[in-house]
Amino acid sequence: MARIIGGLGTTHVPSIGKAIAERKQNDPYWKPFFDGFHFVHRWLAREKPDVAVVFYNDHGLNFFLDKLPTFAVGAANEYRNEDEGWGIPVSKSAAGIPNLSWHLIERLVADEFDVTICQDMLVDHAVTIPLSLMWPGEAPWPVRIVPVSINTVQHPLPSAARCFKLGQSIGRAIDTYEENLKVLVIGTGGLSHQLDGERAGFINKAFDQLCMDRLTNDPESLTRYSIPEIVEQAGAQGVEFLNWIAMRGALTGKVIEVHRNYHIPISNTAAATMVFDNQPAVLRGQHAA
Amino acid sequence: MRHHNIPGTTLFGGDEAQKGIALNRMCFSFNSAENRTAFLKDEDAYCAKFGLNAEQRQAVRERNVLKMLAAGGNIYYLAKLAGIFELNVQDIGAQQTGMSVDQFKDKLVAAGR
Repeated sequence: MARIIGGLGTTHVPSIGKAIAERKQNDPYWKPFFDGFHFVHRWLAREKPDVAVVFYNDHGLNFFLDKLPTFAVGAANEYRNEDEGWGIPVSKSAAGIPNLSWHLIERLVADEFDVTICQDMLVDHAVTIPLSLMWPGEAPWPVRIVPVSINTVQHPLPSAARCFKLGQSIGRAIDTYEENLKVLVIGTGGLSHQLDGERAGFINKAFDQLCMDRLTNDPESLTRYSIPEIVEQAGAQGVEFLNWIAMRGALTGKVIEVHRNYHIPISNTAAATMVFDNQPAVLRGQHAA
Repeated sequence: MRHHNIPGTTLFGGDEAQKGIALNRMCFSFNSAENRTAFLKDEDAYCAKFGLNAEQRQAVRERNVLKMLAAGGNIYYLAKLAGIFELNVQDIGAQQTGMSVDQFKDKLVAAGR
């Protein structure tokens, strides 16, 4: 059976792609952020996930505002990136796992999540940057992915509660998939930031810290925030935290926070990286690094 | 979008989506390098092709992000336009808040303290 080994949340700021291409990982500006991935690399080398389910939001690569699904699930063999228009390098492609995608889609629709099904799907920096951070270098990423796009761009957005339930439904669906796969669940974006309006540059460290703590200890409490409340507290684009909430919803076992890095600023954003084990490490006879 | 009172912030909803569709569609086209070149070559013709209204055309002419937002622009799409002029989100943040770029960057750093 497939099992969820853990969850990972990370910021996906486009300029990270540029910093990687220009090898700026050790520049003083970037080092506090990239250093947060040393643990992630060790953890991934040990856990060796086969598959990553990625909750993210598209920023106008695959979807335009003319037809914008609230929830969309990729069911492709390959997910290409293309020119996104803001001068970051085009990324390599990610491999898909269509049979798992369709299993998740069937379970989601049975659970009354009437998702858009995408046999062709471009993925933008919100998918490719996290994968590049997790597995740096030229080699193909060692996971096949299922991208799950959540609309965080055009209101009305799905509620935090709905996104948490979406994650729970996917978590249950993974647990019933018959192939023997190790699955990592990823949520990308955030944390607090605002790009537009007179309040551009808004960052809220206290709220971010509360969100990270609650994500670990009491994720359901986060589902009580309305979307305007999240915008007020986390900034207009801080609503990307919905992707993290969905990721956390998918963690169906006993959840332990094993890593956290938080740094202000990367671009206009409070940058965060978190890793969760989905079972106590002791039960598996292993030790967290 | 209505039903909130957050200063300096618009929730991009139905009103903005309807108002801004032409401007946002033009910005969406900037995913293509060929289209970015066409815009730079003849901005008037390119804006006309996408049917920008007078308010949107003026905002683009002035490179004024707040005016583009008021004309229904969505920031993720406007960022593609800003990219043509090699402006990043600190540059447009500074413009929207009336700061210098250095002041805006300082403000971001200060948020971490």
